[in-house]
Amino acid sequence: MRNALFALIPALMATPVAAQSGAGVTEFTLDNGMQILVREDHRAPVVVSQVWYRVGSSYETRGETGLSHLFEHMMFKGTERHAEGEFSEIISREGGRLNAFTGRDFSAYFEIMAADRLPVALELEADRMANLQINAEALSTEREVVLEERRLRTDDRPEGRFAERYAAIAHPGTGYAHPIIGWADDVAAFEVADLRDWYDQWYTPTNATLVVAGDVEPEAVHSMAQEYFGGIEGRDVPAVHDPDNLQPPGERRVIHRDPQARVTQLRMGYEVPSFATAESGRDPYALQMLATILDGGDGARLAEDLVRGSGVAAAAGAGYNPMVRLDAEFSLFGVPADGDVDAVETALREQIRRLQETLVSDETLERARSQMLADHLFEMDSVFYQAMQLGMLETTGAGWQTLNEFEENVRALTAEDLRAAAREYLRPEMLSVGIMQAADQEETG
Amino acid sequence: MKRLIVAAALILFSHTGGAMQADIQEWTTRAGTEVLFVERHELPIVDVRVTFDAGSARDGDTPGLARMTSNLLLEGTPERSAGTIARGFERYGARVSTGSGRDTAQVSVRALSEPARLDPVIDSLADVIAKADFPADAVERVRRQMSLGLQQAQSSASALAEKAFMRGIYGEHPYATPPGGTLESVEALTRAAVVDFHRRHYTARNATIAIVGDLSAERAEAIANALSGALPAGEALAALPPVELPSSAQTIRVPLEAEQTHVMMGQPSVRKGSEAYYPLYLGNHILGGGGLTSILAERMREERGLSYSSASSLTSAARRGRFQMTTQVRNDSLPEALSVMRDSLEEMRVDEPAAQRLSDSKRNITGSFPLQLDSNRDLLGYIATIGFYDLSRDYLEAFVERIDGLDGEAVRAAMHEHIDPARNVTVLVGPEATIDAAE
Repeated sequence: MRNALFALIPALMATPVAAQSGAGVTEFTLDNGMQILVREDHRAPVVVSQVWYRVGSSYETRGETGLSHLFEHMMFKGTERHAEGEFSEIISREGGRLNAFTGRDFSAYFEIMAADRLPVALELEADRMANLQINAEALSTEREVVLEERRLRTDDRPEGRFAERYAAIAHPGTGYAHPIIGWADDVAAFEVADLRDWYDQWYTPTNATLVVAGDVEPEAVHSMAQEYFGGIEGRDVPAVHDPDNLQPPGERRVIHRDPQARVTQLRMGYEVPSFATAESGRDPYALQMLATILDGGDGARLAEDLVRGSGVAAAAGAGYNPMVRLDAEFSLFGVPADGDVDAVETALREQIRRLQETLVSDETLERARSQMLADHLFEMDSVFYQAMQLGMLETTGAGWQTLNEFEENVRALTAEDLRAAAREYLRPEMLSVGIMQAADQEETG
Repeated sequence: MKRLIVAAALILFSHTGGAMQADIQEWTTRAGTEVLFVERHELPIVDVRVTFDAGSARDGDTPGLARMTSNLLLEGTPERSAGTIARGFERYGARVSTGSGRDTAQVSVRALSEPARLDPVIDSLADVIAKADFPADAVERVRRQMSLGLQQAQSSASALAEKAFMRGIYGEHPYATPPGGTLESVEALTRAAVVDFHRRHYTARNATIAIVGDLSAERAEAIANALSGALPAGEALAALPPVELPSSAQTIRVPLEAEQTHVMMGQPSVRKGSEAYYPLYLGNHILGGGGLTSILAERMREERGLSYSSASSLTSAARRGRFQMTTQVRNDSLPEALSVMRDSLEEMRVDEPAAQRLSDSKRNITGSFPLQLDSNRDLLGYIATIGFYDLSRDYLEAFVERIDGLDGEAVRAAMHEHIDPARNVTVLVGPEATIDAAE
């Protein structure tokens, strides 16, 4: 019954295109190397357009931190053809929404519009891919804006101050160790030349993926993309050198005593493979299922054992995102119910040990499988998120076809696979522990 | 039971002439619950939301009671524990959640539409909502979680600002108290009060059901009957008291050591269904609701680099909603930021908006409304809202027409009449020296 149900999903999106995959995605490549992905979804006359560049904070070294993000802000500052602010005004006037985001592995620019307005978005995106103007005055204003953003997100928040310190030890020797927004002294020192160099190096069709999702025809998108982006000359991007980091890094701890924190918090993270770095294709799915067994919902182990059972935690969770370019993190977090953070850490370690020692029951396995397959289907409700997934899979090196293999891999997992993955990857020498100690509580550990 | 299709909300697109059909079917169950249903067969999923008039506006003198009831709803029945209930949903891949605000408390479920996977989930949910029995240990656990959440919020400038602002603009009205309660009130909540709140508010007559997804009308009807039929009939609730407007302008200062000061400035707005809502909505969009192109974003961010985020918003509610401008600025920029905000608002009240701004904003609002209905989840939220507040069934379409018909004078007059600086409440959260020096 369930097999039949899930087998039917891709067929709902059927359109007779030769290059189409099970996920209803069509792929094209322009002569200049630009990649085009089209995901059809005809439920509403709406289109999401996203241009993804393979550059983000993990491409930066000290002295450059925050450059990708600051540059993303500068992409709104105007070209020869369109003055500052005009890009946003045009999209707004056309009834659209727009924004951009920078991650560790990507910089992405998006518009959401009525489906027939797509050419407007593509023309503007092509213009700023090739003809951006970067001047000192706009830079100095935007630098202030970004420093305000940093104060808002990080400097003035206990959770932000803690997250930055935790990342610094959780990803030693990689570009994931520094914040996406950058260290403040780096951001304050950027000059026009730094931003021009970044633009020249990374902002080329060769390094870009256009993802279009919604009420569109693939061939029509292909010709539009050719019309607007086809004339931009492709350039090779610099070779990306990710240093061979410490393997294994060894167990690490950071204790952050924050004068303003009112609630003690615990984070734990194991460095584990991502889609991009896994040697065995099935490992990321096993890790996802382990996270689901721990924290797939209120019936899962962390809620049952730590929050309700022993009551050591007021909240507890687990997560794993395989859509990253370097190694990923299998993360755990906990909030002690009465300040005893050691008890929460002990309980979380005990949960990991249990996964390594005892095979999960058939009921547990089936429940987690059911949740993963259903969630995967629920994700199709959001046109924007469908586009996001394609962009993330492409820019992190996993490839969008990963989506097509999801169901098969999840179905194939056995209790033995899960135990093997827990033993292989959730080892102490891969672990970081971070504690934010509330100001008014007794120190522990 | 006769089903009526009251509105074939045929949604037209201003630019394209393309159309999208969203037929809202509507009926009342035997138990007396209003149901709104939209069929969508593209994905084999179903979303259901039951909305109760059981938000914090019903807290009386025990802030946090509605939220605690909502947080405890799935924690057990006489026959089943929280874990058993949750695993019962999870087995079938269903996602169930509860939430509460000032006007409403909701229970939402997203599930696969196949009967073998949907029916057990609905039956279980109906049983849980009706028979929740609030075990004493769960009450203590949720009390602690709420209390820790409140403690954490004490170091959040935005949470402190919000709390002070609502207290300032709503005075003695039930809207003034935080839905999550206060440290003192949460400590004092009793299980008996929760049981009583549930008994009085989680009733068939006090509920609205919204359903979207891959179902026939017959199956939707069966779901609505199962959910409402399990509930006690209940009695109609008294209307909420009216909101008194602030009698004078005031500044509320909340000390917090930080590099930035958070600013919130505004006052109560209008109630759902008010005619003034349309020109105010457009005025707010021009001033600060329209994203990067609005006046506040341009002046504060693009021109001056004062802040990352400067915006305004306008909401309506069962009684009055709120109008507010918000920003966060470096402490030494606070005086400049305050004068930009006050001057920008005053301009909107005295002069008609520039013709270009007016037409751009109108085009953005009317052109972007299909974007609000591009997923089942968005549709669900939309019909749940029009059902609960009893808005006209072609609300969005009518909204677009109303906005389209406004001129600059209508916007100016509405801002002048409804957003009076003599009633503005200004909240400043920042270092003592900074906020004390500000006007």
